[in-house]
Amino acid sequence: MAMAKTESTFKNMTVVLTLITTVAAVGLGFVYYLTQEPIKLVKAEELKKSINLVVPGADKGVISEVAVKPDDGIDSLYFYEIVIDGKRIATAVKTYTDKGFSGRFTVMVGFDTLGNIIDNNVLEHKETPGLGDKTSKSKSTWNEQFKGKNPANFKLIVKKDGGDVDAITAATISSRAYCDAIQRAYNAFVAYYKINPASAPAEQK
Amino acid sequence: MNQWKNFTKGFIKENPILVLVLGTCPTLATTSSAFNGLGMGLATTFVLVGSNVVISLLAKMIPDKVRIPSYVVVIATFVTIVDLLIQAYVPALYATLGIFIPLIVVNCIVLGRAEAFANKNTVMSSLVDGVGMGLGFTMALGILGAIRELLGSGAIFGMKLFNGDGALVFVLAPGAFIALGYMIALVNKINKAKN
Repeated sequence: MAMAKTESTFKNMTVVLTLITTVAAVGLGFVYYLTQEPIKLVKAEELKKSINLVVPGADKGVISEVAVKPDDGIDSLYFYEIVIDGKRIATAVKTYTDKGFSGRFTVMVGFDTLGNIIDNNVLEHKETPGLGDKTSKSKSTWNEQFKGKNPANFKLIVKKDGGDVDAITAATISSRAYCDAIQRAYNAFVAYYKINPASAPAEQK
Repeated sequence: MNQWKNFTKGFIKENPILVLVLGTCPTLATTSSAFNGLGMGLATTFVLVGSNVVISLLAKMIPDKVRIPSYVVVIATFVTIVDLLIQAYVPALYATLGIFIPLIVVNCIVLGRAEAFANKNTVMSSLVDGVGMGLGFTMALGILGAIRELLGSGAIFGMKLFNGDGALVFVLAPGAFIALGYMIALVNKINKAKN
């Protein structure tokens, strides 16, 4: 089949480019349509899992999302209120920090109704593998130290700067950023539920 | 053309990473572990095969002066398809490869094969070329990822082989350059010995 090569005339170029882009657009529309539902399900599933990790048993309750704007940030934090039998038992807060070693990272923190940290974990980060990524549960047990603490009397500052948090060796910036994210979540939490931090129970050692 | 030779040239003789040294940006960035390397390699293979086949089909129809934009549209379409499919069905891989999947669009290998091979060969040859080159790329990325994971964190495919943290440098960019350099040297030696 010796078909001659299409010449580069203005008309040919216009027709061919239009054809190719149209076919590509239709094809992509189709794939997008096909994958839309599965992607949504995957995202919802991931969110549920990450909430359940910081508030164990959250999947047994009703989870509702509220966007809350922090005083000092541009972007909203997301509060996931967990209600079981009509009673709010805990709130998972999706918070973020821009003080990371390489860009924003997002953290999920679970608070009980008094503001005690139930558990916490990293959602997304771009920190250095082997150093800053130790903030994540999948890499180390570092973030266990926040469990059960109330930021009202547990200073969310690394020890080097006079706080209560053990920083990760060689990843002080990531550790500081992580504290910043939790502090932001706590501040928003306290403001949203109008809790007086001074009334927080004394730290149990 | 001998299809077997056409297929195998991607592994050693004309390996895209180790001999042609194309597409080193995703190579260095995504090979922090064997799993990531293989995942990136397979995603690229899919795009390469798809774009090679479509471009060899359309080569006669596309006027020369607009061939590059046409190829890029074809490639970008396949990349977006891969991106959506991975998001939907392999979310774990999407979480680690993240931004590097859209970047396959500008991976030199894909456009390179379109320009150097697919637009002057038959559909069948282009398909074989795409599979061979893609798997050669995947092999190089997998091996590089495995070396870096082994030396950097003492594991392969997430399985711990020895205790301790390993040499951090291999998880970071410098280690990628060092390991890639030695692999290129080795393949050059093999190719020299063959000639």
